[in-house]
Amino acid sequence: MVEIRALAATGMLGTGFRAASLAQGLRQRPCFIGCDAGSTDAGPYYLGSGRTKSSPDATRRDLRLMLEGARAYRIPLLIGSGGYGGARRHVAEVRELIVGLAAEAGLHFRLAVIESEMEPAKLREFLDQGRLRPLGPAGGPGHLDHTAIDRSTRMVAVMGAEPFQAALQSGADVVLAGRASDAAVYAAYPLRAGIPEGVAWHAAKILECGAASVEHRPYPDCMFAWLHEDSFTIEPPNESLRATPQSVLAHTLYENPDPFRLLEPGGCVDTSQAAYEAWGARGVMVRGSRFEHHDRYTVKVEAAARVGYRAFTFGGIADPLILRSLDAFLDGVTTTIAEKTEASLGLVMGRDFSLRYLRYGLDGVPGTAAGRAVEGGPPTAPREVGLVIDVIAGDREHALAIITVAYHTALHYQVPAWTGLTSNIAFPFSPPYFDGGEVFEFTSNCVAELTSPLELFPMELLDV
Amino acid sequence: MKLYQTAKLVRSKNAGPFTITFDIIFTDHGACHLVRAGGRLDAELFSRLYRVPRETVRVYWIEALHAVKVSIPRPSGSAGGPADADVYGCQWYAPLVELEVAPDP
Repeated sequence: MVEIRALAATGMLGTGFRAASLAQGLRQRPCFIGCDAGSTDAGPYYLGSGRTKSSPDATRRDLRLMLEGARAYRIPLLIGSGGYGGARRHVAEVRELIVGLAAEAGLHFRLAVIESEMEPAKLREFLDQGRLRPLGPAGGPGHLDHTAIDRSTRMVAVMGAEPFQAALQSGADVVLAGRASDAAVYAAYPLRAGIPEGVAWHAAKILECGAASVEHRPYPDCMFAWLHEDSFTIEPPNESLRATPQSVLAHTLYENPDPFRLLEPGGCVDTSQAAYEAWGARGVMVRGSRFEHHDRYTVKVEAAARVGYRAFTFGGIADPLILRSLDAFLDGVTTTIAEKTEASLGLVMGRDFSLRYLRYGLDGVPGTAAGRAVEGGPPTAPREVGLVIDVIAGDREHALAIITVAYHTALHYQVPAWTGLTSNIAFPFSPPYFDGGEVFEFTSNCVAELTSPLELFPMELLDV
Repeated sequence: MKLYQTAKLVRSKNAGPFTITFDIIFTDHGACHLVRAGGRLDAELFSRLYRVPRETVRVYWIEALHAVKVSIPRPSGSAGGPADADVYGCQWYAPLVELEVAPDP
């Protein structure tokens, strides 16, 4: 009977794992090691800017242990969504780290690098051919039309399992992929070995988070799975961690819009009939996972557009008389800022820049604002409010010029309750404002229909 | 009874950049049935609280886990965009925690 063993190093490259856990996992003789390295979770900044998220040191530490382990046991290492955003720049950074580590450690292997970045022209082609399907409502955010494509600075397609399989087929020992479905990283090898799709994909969905599906996870760590024809079993290599049927089932909910149907390229994992059973003291056996094929092979498209440049200020207001009529105070501040920026900088609020307030202690967190709108204000006024003034302008120079006007205006705005010059905000820092960097937003909530699973994912092979 | 008194976990998170998903895992089947029967946790509530069209709210009761999942389009457009203030979508659930969901025992 076929048995495939899989080791997940951690849920996100660069967040770490216990070296001892990886070592134990390796002693259990996995067929491959996997690691997910990216996501959209931390926002559009990474895809938009081309910057990676984890520090090079943290990434290098994880990579080194994984590479050494994989080479020592002569098993493939598969990494998906390299560099967080998964576009060319991100992948290039991780590739450099891998090549550098190989040289340092005297390791030699075949490296496959699979790209996922799309050119705007290619995306326009898909749009014109009717091969882009929106996931959200038409005209809603994430609706990709020509205007949105023109605005977008960087875009990727999220690959499935096939590009990883092609890399393995070509003798790759280490696979560094651009943006990929998290589960595809782990499903590729088992599928190729003949493990049924339901088992392979469901196991992969759990593996991709590393140790996150355990009952109590004090730190990021490894996960191990045995895959068979009709079931799979997962158990964390770290003996102080424990997976239970409840914890694994609960984790299937995490970050998924649907509890039982998980969309992947080419089809859908259906876990609605899965049964979870304790296996030993710390493991779980899962049966009954299914995979439903779709007629069309579709992959998600992710894109980010630059919105502007941010500068912001943060300070506390504690005067109860100001807080009592904070709305009116801020309305007055806004009006004055608008007048001053137009007069002295020639910049028009609304047209040349946006300005918003986040009032922590009142309604800065969107969840709080939602609750207040329905249930009314807090029973007692807060003793202080942390005020953020957030300005987004066309470029850095303008953003900094405007925020200077903004903070100064708010600081000395005439409070009706007092007579004389006041200073209204306790700034904890000097300078009292921050360069907030480039601001991006995601522009694509759609899938692209491919003629083949490899269509958008060119592969390069190199012997390191 | 307030929601937090019936649940061992209430959370929200991004499910991609344009969707917020809420997970409520009740303490046991009894608590789950009580809250479900109480009828307060429904699409109407989420539509009203988060100002999204009712037909875009998806509610999934999961018996096997004594849990309920609710997914909505992200009210603030793109995660991390200029109108967003919760990049991970992780504190949207706050107004649910002290909601009255069942009669006191």
